[in-house]
Parts: sequence; structure tokens; C-alpha cells
Amino acid sequence: MSTGSLTILVIDENRIRASIIEAGLRDAGHRQVTVIHDVAGIARRIAEIEPDVIVIDLENPNRDMLENMFQLSRAVKRPIAMFVDRSDQASIEAAVDAGVSAYVVDGLKKERIKPILDMAISRFNAFSRMARELEEARSELENRKVIDRAKGILMKSRGLSEEAAYTLLRKTAMNQNRKIAEIAQSLVTAAGLLGPLEGE
Amino acid sequence: MSMAHEITAGFMPLFDSAVLVVAGEMGFAVREGIELKLQRETSWANIRDRIAIGHFDVAHMLGPMPLACSLGLTPLASETIVPFSLGLGGNCVTVSNTVWEGMAAQGAAPDLDPTRAGTALGSLIRERAVAGREPLRFAVVHPHSGHNYELRYWLAACGIDPDRDIEIVIVPPSFMADALAAGRIDAYCVGEPWNSASVATGTGRIVTVKALLWRNSPEKVIGARKAWAEENPEALAALLRALHHAARWCQDPANRGELAALMARPAFLGQPEAIQMPALTGRLQLGGGVERRVEDFFLPFDKAANFPWKSHALWFYTQMVRWGQLPHTPQNLAIARDCYRPDLYRSALKPLGVALPGANAKVEGALKVATPVGSAGASLVLGPDGFFDGQIFDPDRIDAYIAGQKRA
Repeated sequence: MSTGSLTILVIDENRIRASIIEAGLRDAGHRQVTVIHDVAGIARRIAEIEPDVIVIDLENPNRDMLENMFQLSRAVKRPIAMFVDRSDQASIEAAVDAGVSAYVVDGLKKERIKPILDMAISRFNAFSRMARELEEARSELENRKVIDRAKGILMKSRGLSEEAAYTLLRKTAMNQNRKIAEIAQSLVTAAGLLGPLEGE
Repeated sequence: MSMAHEITAGFMPLFDSAVLVVAGEMGFAVREGIELKLQRETSWANIRDRIAIGHFDVAHMLGPMPLACSLGLTPLASETIVPFSLGLGGNCVTVSNTVWEGMAAQGAAPDLDPTRAGTALGSLIRERAVAGREPLRFAVVHPHSGHNYELRYWLAACGIDPDRDIEIVIVPPSFMADALAAGRIDAYCVGEPWNSASVATGTGRIVTVKALLWRNSPEKVIGARKAWAEENPEALAALLRALHHAARWCQDPANRGELAALMARPAFLGQPEAIQMPALTGRLQLGGGVERRVEDFFLPFDKAANFPWKSHALWFYTQMVRWGQLPHTPQNLAIARDCYRPDLYRSALKPLGVALPGANAKVEGALKVATPVGSAGASLVLGPDGFFDGQIFDPDRIDAYIAGQKRA
């Protein structure tokens, strides 16, 4: 049996991440890859697919249900154990750190599983990095918006230039050892409470 | 301010994580020199994995789970000990409206009485079997849980074989009410607030409660990685003292509002305060407008609720054997006997001068009424602690107890 003939099931509610994993598996030459987003009716699907390897994200609240099914269900014809051999502590830690777990049918050789797991770990990590960067970009944009609104309030209420308004925000932030965006948010909130200035 | 100890604790968003959450959020941990980092998890499997690889030092766990880990019943299992129990009681059995109508037709009344409800359920199950209908599907949260064992105990004592006469599946606690409403399951056993959740939407009826099946019985515990506990005895003792004060705070009726508001925060339970009140007051809405007050429904502190009785661990062990999860051998029994650690609880709390049970185990079901125990001046009340069917569990006579257990 060649590596490519392993049947792999990916269970992930996050569609983007699931497709990233799927692409990785296909790039590595795996042709029998199934992705499931919703665990409803999964026992039947497992019976149909008969996966050798199941990759699952750790955020999935159904992990307890799935583990129990792997061990007990009549639908799962071959017993499924957790991926690792207990000796491979580094792999276990890397997987849990990345937020992924894998289960394999009993008897599959570790050498055949390791590349699949390593790929899943690196793709999970890449996805987390991407999500983090996206979040940072989003909050950066929000910050810029609130600073602009705070500048506007200062310009209007105190007759300052845009540059002077920004300098005042920056100085206040430095004096209070806080971020400019926080000072700006406080000002916008206060202005909202005090009167109709904001939103004019 | 830097603390003497830094402890990372995992928990699941369930009401009975309250003592741990309160220790971290209401200043009890800080007072003992602990920076307690609370990390919310999404499954018991994650808790088990993160304890095993050292992400967590301790965690909110199902009572039988550290046993299952120490006995090697789960993947990635590591030796886990129990130095503290997070409370007694707190679970209910909830059935769909259809099942309730069937039970009522067989003589069940909305009074939570386990024998009456179980007998009616047995009649309904036999009636359905004769009519060639699918077996009822029950859900519990985990195979190694108090829920699974108390549900099975109840059914078996009422003549229902939980493996043959019904089906038992695993569903996460917060999905139970939806699964019942959608008809994917017919009944479930889970902790609060997930029973009251079905009653509130009119999709389920509470038919009995853990506190009536086995009064003052164990539920969640603090599981600690054995290696961590051995390397950090001072941190562990400080944590147990913080948890003790937190548990006392949780039990005080004056703090109910504040506790419910804290648990309602999205970082913790994330459920409205109103739906937490049945667990706090013991006043349950059963469905159909019926309310019942259950004595000792959930105890986070009273009745020595935090003492890790070896007899509790050993009863869980007998149920693991009963339902075929592991064989009864001297080795397995020895592991089960060493898992709960009243010695650690006692040595940590001794400096506080509080009342502590003198024994490590008790005969479960022996106390028919609340009984004052303990030494000189210190007041401690235990029990009543009976099983609903009048059985006694004597941890010194385990072989006989296991031999006497029938499947139904």
C-alpha cells in the first residue's frame, strides 16, 4: 500500500482552515480526502468512508462524542486510537499547541502518519498566524477610525488644527501611560455622553 | 506584584466550575500568593490532553476522569490525582415531552421520585419494545462521568438494562437542550443549567435528580497532574486553601447574586443569571408549571463537599467494572484507591483550624439523617448520603459489592 492510498477524514467547523488542510494533503499526494464541517450523522459517514486517519481541530466541542464513537460505535468497524505513540512527546505537544489532534486506525505504522500530522500541524499554525494578522489589521483600522473621530471632536470644540489635535492626544496618552487609541476612545465616549457634538 | 506561585487551571463552562472561577476572580487565590490563570476549554478531551502535556497544572474535571486517566482508559492519559472536590450533586435527568407523556401514562408523577419515575420509564420502554419501536436514546456528557454512572445505576435498579434496552450516546452539555428539542435524543443526564434550559423552552421535563438518586454524591473535582503536585507541594496546598475559602463564599446565600453575575460573564459560563438560580437555590421548575425544592440539590461547600473521599473514587471504580470499561484486578483497584488524596486536602487545610473528617473513606448510604461528626468544637455535618434503592456501598467490601451488581 503506498502512502497515497490512505483514506483521510478532516473534521473542522472552520471551512477556510479545513480547505487549507485539504489542499495540503492533496499536495502531498493524498487522493482520498474527505472534509466534514458538521458532525451531524457522522457515524454513518465514518462507516461509509472507513478512514485510516481522522484529523480534528481541538476547538470542536464534539471531541468527547467523537472519541467515544471511535472506541465503541458499531459504525466504526476498526478501532481507532489517538495518533501518537506516547513516546513521541514532541509531536503531541506540537499538535496540541497548534490546536489539532488526529486519530488513526490501530496498527498503522507511525512513519506513515507522521508526515500527515506534521503537515496538519504546520497548516494549523499558518492558519492561526493568518487569523492573528487579520485581527491585528482589523483592530489597527478600528484604532485609526476612533483617533480620527477624536481629532475631529478636538478640532471642533477647541478650535485646533488637525496636527495640534493629534499632538494633544499623543501627549495625553504619554502622560497617562496609555495608548493613543484608548485616549481617543475615552474622548469619543465622553463626547457622546456630554452632548450632540459627536455625530454632527 | 509578583506572586509566590503561578498556577494554570483549565475549566469547562459549567456551573460547577464556580469554586475554581471564584478562587481566581474574587481574590482568594491572590490572598494565598497565587496567580491563578484560568483557561476555558471546549471538551474534556482537551482538558485531559493539556493536563498530560503540562499546559495545565490542575483542572476542573469529571469525578471519574482522573481515575480513567490513571487507569489508562483514555488516549494520552497521565497520572492524575484528586486533592479537592468541587461539590456534591447538581445533575438532573431530563426527558422529551413525548417521553414524559408516555411515562405519565404509565404512572409517573411530576414529583422527581426516582423509583416511581424509573418504574414508569421501564413500563414505557417495554411497551415500545413490544410495539417494535426504536429504543429510546439517552445522552450523557462523557463515558467516564458521574452522569453516565448515575443514569445507568438508576435505570438498572428500575429493571432497565442501559446497554440493551436503551441507547446511550455522548453529547456536549451545552448541546443537550437543542438535541432534545430537535428529536436527536429522547432524554439526557447533565448538570445545571442545561436541564432548566429545556424546561425554559418548553421542550423537556425534569424527571429526577442526582441528589435523589444518591444524596450528597460526588460530581466535579480538581484533577492535578501527579508530577506537578509532587514537585510543587506548597503551591498545591496554597491552592487548596484558596479553593476552600472560595467554596465557602459560593455556599453563602448572600453571595448568590454576585456569583450568578460572575458566572454569567462570557469568559466563564456565559449564561443568564436567572437560569443559574435553580442550581443555587435548589428550587427547580420541572416543566408544566410544576416547581419542586430539592434538599441538598447542589452543595459547593457544606456537608464536607470538598473532601475527596476515597469511597467516592472507589464507587466510580465499581461502576467502571460494572459496565465493562475495565476488569476488576488488584492492580486496578490499587490505582483507584490511590487516586483521590484526602491526605493532601487535610494537610493543606490543617493550619486553618477548620473541621476535617477523620476518616479517608465512609460507608456510602449509611447515614440516614444529617449527622454531626468531627472533633472538639469544630462543627461538621455529614449526610444523609443514601442511594435511592437503599443499597449500601462499603469500600472495605468491594469484591462483594462488585459481585452483587447486576446489569439490570
